[in-house]
Amino acid sequence: MLSKENFEKLERLKSQYPTTKSLSLPVLWMIQEQHGWISPESMQYVADLLQLPVSHVYGVVTFYTMFNTKPVGKYHLQVCTNVSCLLRGGEELLDHICKRLHVKRGEITLDQRFTVTEVECLGSCGTAPMLQANDEYYENLSTEKVERLLDEWSKG
Amino acid sequence: MSEFTEKLILPDIPNLHQLDVYERHGGYQALRKAMGMKPEEIIEEVKKSNLRGRGGACFPTGMKWSFMPKQSTKPKYLCANGDESEPGTFKDRQIFECNPHLFIEGAIIAAYAMGVTTVYTYIRGEYAKWIAILQKAVDDAYARNYIGKNILGTGFGTEFVIYRGAGAYICGEESALMNSLQGERGYPRVKPPFPAQVGLYGCPTTINNIETIANVPIILNRGAEWYWKIGAPKQPGTLLYGISGHVNKPGVYEFPTGILLTDLIYNYAGGVPGEKKIKAVIPGGSSTMWLRGEEIEGVKMDADSLKAVGTAIGTGGVIVMDEDTDVLKVLARIAHFYHHESCGQCTPCREGCGWMEKILNRFLAGDGTMSDIDLLMDVANNIEGNTICALGDAAAWPVQSVIRKFREEFEARAKKSPTAPKPVTPPHLVTTFDA
Repeated sequence: MLSKENFEKLERLKSQYPTTKSLSLPVLWMIQEQHGWISPESMQYVADLLQLPVSHVYGVVTFYTMFNTKPVGKYHLQVCTNVSCLLRGGEELLDHICKRLHVKRGEITLDQRFTVTEVECLGSCGTAPMLQANDEYYENLSTEKVERLLDEWSKG
Repeated sequence: MSEFTEKLILPDIPNLHQLDVYERHGGYQALRKAMGMKPEEIIEEVKKSNLRGRGGACFPTGMKWSFMPKQSTKPKYLCANGDESEPGTFKDRQIFECNPHLFIEGAIIAAYAMGVTTVYTYIRGEYAKWIAILQKAVDDAYARNYIGKNILGTGFGTEFVIYRGAGAYICGEESALMNSLQGERGYPRVKPPFPAQVGLYGCPTTINNIETIANVPIILNRGAEWYWKIGAPKQPGTLLYGISGHVNKPGVYEFPTGILLTDLIYNYAGGVPGEKKIKAVIPGGSSTMWLRGEEIEGVKMDADSLKAVGTAIGTGGVIVMDEDTDVLKVLARIAHFYHHESCGQCTPCREGCGWMEKILNRFLAGDGTMSDIDLLMDVANNIEGNTICALGDAAAWPVQSVIRKFREEFEARAKKSPTAPKPVTPPHLVTTFDA
């Protein structure tokens, strides 16, 4: 399930930690980067790979909000609505995106292109409101700017 | 306005994140100097500088370092805390982006002073971009022998590892961070034992904030005598103030500790849009007690001054709310945050944070009652001090302060109808840990 590249990366990582348990998060990140989410089969795979109980892996995956336990769209839009963003229109931005894509918070679009999630503070309070699309930050947003981004992403 | 205007951590030098540029501006000279000193001399210098932690608790850094055992059969670790998840805080990412080598240099000096074999830098998972920037800087530093098995030919060696978190506010708490690094759920640990005795992998460990570590090369280069004259004497140095919310120029500003809050808001951050009045200010990240707009005149931004007005410097993340802000809506959002981020180990926090959120949402829906105000305070009081870690306190403090300072907002929203349902009183909470 891990790519050849990631297997090599894993070998390098092993020397950095005294226990293989520490590799739980790095390996789960690799799985998510390859597959977009972490399926029950993936959890079993990681458990076997690191010789850990599958219950441990399940516990870790479900504790951390960034690990997706169901498939997400090609663009995972994570909109912050915490205090600084709330004060500068984060909620309105999230509502606008949901309306345009015809989804509720946490849902995926029918064409599987977008998932929209409400998230907690992403450390962009000085450039609020903002959203994270996959690993990229988009800051100082307005509805006009987000419209342009959605147009672009709808094509590509 | 402040007299000392030099920027020590984020100087205006283009491309300072590149190793060559950093070296041209005196980079890694502090490390060379440190390598010529005895480890205990470095700890003494940091103690003398009065440097205090920038992660929120303001603990004296030199003292923390001195807790590490000098002799140890086990390896010793340094964890650099770049989890940066406190709402209103966005300063460490500036260090990663603009001056990563200053942090790396400080971390290696700290490692030498404490005899650390590996520095683990824990960075929140969302900061993928900044993890990549730091990794590049670390690779470059390895190539020039600033990190490695035989640093600058001195025979001292330490490794530097970056660990990516995966979205959990609680992992900014030092013991939760260690558990997360061990590949587990981010549950805070009961203290004692303290990390300097039993930390990461059961070994002696020190955890410092990124900004704290970035101050270390400056102290060694310029001397503790010079350093402690900057800003507030009991918490000297410059601070990365993050200001957000209703201001014209939100952002990170570097100034000495102890500047006036009003200077920060009006002179540096450009004041409030539309010249509106200020209703409330959160001075140091979402966990700190609020100040009313009328209270901010004359308030200085350092640990002791803010403590004197009943709040805290926290992470230096200032959030400004103008006169049109619905404070209950903001507070309900904060309560939602703590409910979401509670790790679930301690009943008062796990259940209490949810109750606080529900009661606040009742007020937003127009269903709150007068007795709900006291119920809310009661729940907050029963969380505070009754949990393993400080997340419980952090959830209770904003609620307590807003009830005290904006009671009229609750009363105006409360249902006056006698038919209002009687709220259910939560069961008495039993303290299982000594406060």
